[in-house]
Amino acid sequence: MLQVVKPVDGLVSVNDFVVKFANVNGSGSASANQMFGKAILRMGVPAATRNIFPSNIQGLPTWYEIRVSEAGYLGARAGTDFMVAMNPQTWDQDIASILPGGYLFYDSSRVVPESRLRNDIVIIGMPLTELCNRVYTDPRQRQLFKNIIYVGAIAALLDIEIEVLETLIAEQFKAKEKLISANIQALHMGRDYAQTNLQCPIGLRVRRSNAVGDRIAIEGNAAAGLGAVYGGATVAAWYPITPSTSLVEGFQKYCTRFRVDKQTGAHNFAIVQAEDELSSIGMVIGASWNGARAFTATSGPGISLMQEFFGLAYFAEIPAVIFDVQRAGPSTGMPTRTQQCDVLACAYASHGDTKHVLLFPEDPYECFTFGAQAFDLAERLQTPVFVLLDLDIGMNERLTRPLVWDDSKKMDRGKVMTAQELEAGKEFGRYLDADGDGITYRTYPGTHPTRGSFFTRGTSKDRYARYTEAGAAYEDNMQRLLRKFATAATLVPAPEVRPASRPTKLGAIYYGSTTPAMLEAADLLAAEGIELDLMRVRAFPFSDVVNGFIEAHEKVFVVEQNRDAQLRTLLVNELEIDPARLPKILHYDGSPVTARQIAGKIKGHAALTARSFERSAS
Amino acid sequence: MSFLPKPKLHHPGLLPNALGYTRRDYEGAISTLCAGCGHDSISAAIVHACFQMDLPPHRIAKLSGIGCSSKTPTYFLGSSHGFNSVHGRMPSVLTGANLANRDLIYLGVSGDGDSASIGLGQFAHSMRRGVNMVYIVENNGVYGLTKGQFSATADKGAKSKRGVANNDEAIDLVSMAIQLGASFVGRSFSGDKAQLIPLIQAALAHPGAAFIDCISPCVTFNNHQGSTKSFDYVREHNEAVNMLDVITGRDEITVDYAPGAVEIVEQHDGSLLRLRKLAGDYDVGSRAEALNFLQHHHAKGEIVTGLLYLDPEPEEMHGYLKTAATPLNALDETDLCPGSAALEALNATLR
Repeated sequence: MLQVVKPVDGLVSVNDFVVKFANVNGSGSASANQMFGKAILRMGVPAATRNIFPSNIQGLPTWYEIRVSEAGYLGARAGTDFMVAMNPQTWDQDIASILPGGYLFYDSSRVVPESRLRNDIVIIGMPLTELCNRVYTDPRQRQLFKNIIYVGAIAALLDIEIEVLETLIAEQFKAKEKLISANIQALHMGRDYAQTNLQCPIGLRVRRSNAVGDRIAIEGNAAAGLGAVYGGATVAAWYPITPSTSLVEGFQKYCTRFRVDKQTGAHNFAIVQAEDELSSIGMVIGASWNGARAFTATSGPGISLMQEFFGLAYFAEIPAVIFDVQRAGPSTGMPTRTQQCDVLACAYASHGDTKHVLLFPEDPYECFTFGAQAFDLAERLQTPVFVLLDLDIGMNERLTRPLVWDDSKKMDRGKVMTAQELEAGKEFGRYLDADGDGITYRTYPGTHPTRGSFFTRGTSKDRYARYTEAGAAYEDNMQRLLRKFATAATLVPAPEVRPASRPTKLGAIYYGSTTPAMLEAADLLAAEGIELDLMRVRAFPFSDVVNGFIEAHEKVFVVEQNRDAQLRTLLVNELEIDPARLPKILHYDGSPVTARQIAGKIKGHAALTARSFERSAS
Repeated sequence: MSFLPKPKLHHPGLLPNALGYTRRDYEGAISTLCAGCGHDSISAAIVHACFQMDLPPHRIAKLSGIGCSSKTPTYFLGSSHGFNSVHGRMPSVLTGANLANRDLIYLGVSGDGDSASIGLGQFAHSMRRGVNMVYIVENNGVYGLTKGQFSATADKGAKSKRGVANNDEAIDLVSMAIQLGASFVGRSFSGDKAQLIPLIQAALAHPGAAFIDCISPCVTFNNHQGSTKSFDYVREHNEAVNMLDVITGRDEITVDYAPGAVEIVEQHDGSLLRLRKLAGDYDVGSRAEALNFLQHHHAKGEIVTGLLYLDPEPEEMHGYLKTAATPLNALDETDLCPGSAALEALNATLR
């Protein structure tokens, strides 16, 4: 039964609004919602999609959020303009999240009491269950097609081209004609109902544009897995953990596509699901020691479990690549929510004096490029390299630059002494700094019958890998490791600086998935007269550029998605910077940070700073 | 204690093997273990086995965890790469190494603390995976480096040097290995070279997960009255089910045995194992019977030794994984990187 549409002036916007779907986990809504998001991209309009989901298989609430933004702002934005409320469990909170003048789309098969609605929003009811029950007899079909029906209806309401959705359905079900026609029929059913019974289109509309350009949409995890394929990784050892699981699945998918010999069926890769994270990292270290490019993917709890092995790899100098797709900790924390909370746990992982190389990709493009580059760095530096993604970029399809590869690029296998060099009598000392960059030569097991073998150990050793507890030899080795870390600072991706449009004494440092929200926040602040020079840190150890940037500003806001300002701690600790110069801008409730949150907090600080300037001037 | 280089004195009378190496070429540094330690006998047996089998030393990778036993790879095969890893985690490091290069021989050396206590999980899962390796546990029932605490293989009721009885049930690694899918399982005694050397040789020739539990008395902390891992106790309670000869191409079968007393098994690589049966009709091809036999004899306080289980045609990890014949660490860009054209095609599907 149809409820009366309230006479409220609805929001009016073309290509700039937020649509949110509230569903029940496991109801098959995800693929329909994703298709809807993709349709907007196919119309050339930038859109950022985010899955907000619980740690659950079936039954708990899940949301799918699409931020449509012609201007290309891909960060999260608070408030919903168009709510598709399909989950009675979260009804009240979903209704409350709609902005005044926003739209509520719901299943009106059952009457909702007036008290549970709002009078400042536009209410659009459609008897979805009734429609489905009338047309379909199978309960699973009723559920699945309901999702497609509402997509058809909302497409009509938002003026989305139905042909685009039809094409997507045809692509999704490939040659399965029966499924294609059934889905298109459901899509049309929704569209026809809306066109006949609802006022179409509403004030929010999608209009064809070319703002997407040649960009692609891919999840960061899949891109990182693909990066590992391009980077020449052959061994992956892993233990399932949200939100990293799809990274290894991506590696597997692309290996199956690109690395299986068509004649013999032989695999040029090996993927082992280990019994736990200790075993995963042990296998990675064993494989890397033996000359294969190897990686694992995990999240915070896995990082905790791998600590002892990280120390071994650091001290024995064995390459390893670790993808850490961060989620909210500590402990099990919020396993399906995003944070940047493992920065310190990775930077100083393990007991004793250790420091590790970290990479901070901002989007799937960098997940791909860093995913490949991490192996060059790990082998060049003979040390673990951590690629720190987070759930927000890892598990959401994100609009990103097309992936590119230079075919002339060769793998940098680092300093590996060959059988020929050994045969020619080149001096081999496993921990002998022959070149002065702190990086020593290694040999792969089995290289030469009589030369170049050595014993790898976690105990202290001299330059020729012989066990020793002599203090001088130990210090000599530890100092060389510091030299090597200084070399690392020159090899890792350099920070990216974006100067403000006019000179300013304020700067901001940010990294990883914060990028879209930070760039939008800078625009918001500039509009209010607060100019910020921006620096995106892309790696640890920090290059000199980082120090120079901080030196050049009176205050540098450090924007992070964790409670303890972990990157700021690294900056203070490693560069010996006065903490007072680095105000913290933090967000850590498990949701992706928004531009308004960043801008609001920076404004607060900037106002205080301005007042203190005035006081000191008077 | 610093590294002690071992003087390489080649006696002119030392016989070379088929590769031209002498026994010295298979030795390592001087042991720093206690004088009389059972582990040194096992190191010597490894040296002997590899020398006799004409294995190129540099094609063997030796890996270990932490503990007295895990120190021993320094004391044999000095021309091989070695890896003394993390306590209880040798199996994962060895598995990874094997994934990277299937052409080397992998020798894992561990102890009862390393494999049955802290590393029980990794021990179990490496057996399940069918990693092609020889995994030797040098089993003395105590922690030596930390001065004599019981390990998880110490028998219930066994007494420590101070006379305290162990209350916890012992873990029998041999039974576990059989149950978990190891395709070669044996037990021996460091004091019985005649049994141990052929067992190691057969394991080296075995193309799958080979496990040897070698009782190796700790002369300092576990060789007293009341210990069930002392030299005297093991000698008295040793119940060998068979004796093994590994027949290489050079050997001839010359000795005649009574019918039914000898069984010849051909392994996948063509090596022949001659089993001289000592315990009636013990069947090395049955996991169930092996476990049954072990349980019965354990109840009688006997230590069953010999080749206890063998699957001569095992499937190993690379078979399951369908890994290419070329070692993964030898593949280059042309084998591994799909290139820019493939990437552009992929981009097109993501729009």
